[in-house]
Amino acid sequence: MSHGIVWKYGDNVNTDVIFPGRYTYQMMPPEEMAKHALEDLDPEFAPKVKPGDVIVAGKNFGSGSSREQAATCLKAAGVQAIVARSFARIYFRNAINIGLPVLQSPEAVDHLEAGDPVDIDLVRGEIRSTRGTFSFSPLPESVLGIIAAGGLIEYTKAKLTVDETEEKKE
Amino acid sequence: MGKTLTEKVLGRKAGREVKAGDVVSVSPDYVLSHDNSAAIIQEFRKLGVKKVKAPGKIVIVLDHIVPAADEKYAQNHKTIREFVAEQGIANFFDINAGICHQVLPEQGFALPGSVIVGSDSHTPSYGALGAFAAGIGRTETACTWATDEIWLRVPETMRIDLTGRLGPGVSAKDLSLKLIGDHGAEMANYKAVEFDGPAAGDFSVGARLTLANMSAEMGAKNGYFAPDEKTLRWLEGRARGPFVALASDPDALYESVLAYDLGSLEPQVAVPHSVDNVKPVAEVAGRAVNQVLIGTCTNGRLEDLETAAAILKGRKVAKSVRVLVIPASWEVYREALRSGALAVLVDAGCVILNSGCGPCLGAHEGLLAAGEVCLSTSNRNFRGRMGHRDSEIYLASPATAAASAVTGRITDPRGFL
Repeated sequence: MSHGIVWKYGDNVNTDVIFPGRYTYQMMPPEEMAKHALEDLDPEFAPKVKPGDVIVAGKNFGSGSSREQAATCLKAAGVQAIVARSFARIYFRNAINIGLPVLQSPEAVDHLEAGDPVDIDLVRGEIRSTRGTFSFSPLPESVLGIIAAGGLIEYTKAKLTVDETEEKKE
Repeated sequence: MGKTLTEKVLGRKAGREVKAGDVVSVSPDYVLSHDNSAAIIQEFRKLGVKKVKAPGKIVIVLDHIVPAADEKYAQNHKTIREFVAEQGIANFFDINAGICHQVLPEQGFALPGSVIVGSDSHTPSYGALGAFAAGIGRTETACTWATDEIWLRVPETMRIDLTGRLGPGVSAKDLSLKLIGDHGAEMANYKAVEFDGPAAGDFSVGARLTLANMSAEMGAKNGYFAPDEKTLRWLEGRARGPFVALASDPDALYESVLAYDLGSLEPQVAVPHSVDNVKPVAEVAGRAVNQVLIGTCTNGRLEDLETAAAILKGRKVAKSVRVLVIPASWEVYREALRSGALAVLVDAGCVILNSGCGPCLGAHEGLLAAGEVCLSTSNRNFRGRMGHRDSEIYLASPATAAASAVTGRITDPRGFL
């Protein structure tokens, strides 16, 4: 569990405003991506975000392009989780695949405001704040496995090694 | 209980009966990527395997920034070409092919009953031919290269029943905008969208590609038309292999059903800054534009260029507007050369660009300055997408784009027919 504050946004926060197309096909390290996070939605975000902060947004977060940097840049900026009413499907997969928790909790979105201190307990499925404790459906075990491994690359790497070892045994 | 096309296609791949909500692990027929292959290669290298598992299933099309706009993009392309050679990837299309979502259908990869995943959000386009096709991200693409396997949740299906006949100057693009405007940009999030009803078969394969493409803007996982005679004719001489034409059963279970009468549809435009902010063209007519873009994976096909040419024939584009035309592929380019459409467009004052994504995603070729307005036949009008964050994008059909090119203002095309 870690602490941070809430950054609050509305519905349909799309991948173009999270990570603009002008940077999408340039190769850059995650810490460089973090400098452009939410650049076209909230230019204040990237310079001020602190490790452990949480993004709280409305419905269809991450709609639009499949660009994975829209998840990577937020994780690299220190965001511990995104809480939204709903997520666009490719964004949901991307976030999990790079190890960024994406939590669906309309109740938390209704109550939390920008600047609120907030804690998230992934295992118990709780978002704690001075405005109350909100639940989210805990992520399925397979998904938690990917997040725990640090993302799909590490997860797949481990799986490929196991497969190889088993093949050798045979 | 019958099954939807999606349940049948994914069930066939998984080797068992499946229904919406099930999670399947499948070996896809093809895995698409484009200029972002450079980033995917970087992820692939982290996996510690030397070779991709199924090189014949990987399709790479350079289309996003072609030719390379600067040395960084040039380096990406070089990295990709070297990887393609190293891994023996035969299905590689360099800068003279076109947009992936036009190239895969034309080159016979997108087949009825097939499963295609791609690291591009408009991958659902191939549903136009009855495929199951969905977008994924870079990390997942890298892992699929290594494992030849991906997990997918079988989506619920929303059916859209179409009746009636489109009026002159109204097209599939207007229908897609109307649907998204009426029901919002997440109308089909996580779902499959089936275009059906007595009028579905009237749409050309090109128009079906437009609708399946725009299903991405509905949030859909996949969007499709059941394959019919038109599909089979279009695939003659193109299909790379055998395929199975699957369609939904009459008693399939749908999550929801919408009904639309095409006869009452009028030209639509999505106004800044979201695709679901849709109005009839009549309501925004007269808004001055600085640039018109005719092209992209949504509307850069031969019929789109010919629609534009029919309106621009014998006319000139307004002095105040820059008109960019991008044939979706080299096949389209060559056909439009032969048909004379490109000559008409050039004579009218349009700028013809190399087949590719062009300025749609904001990387090169006609970006917008602060305060500028673009009317585009593309699929997204998010803030800053085509340039400065204080520029504006309106989305419309090729006919509306061509009429607006003539006047320099957003214009209902029905006065130009």
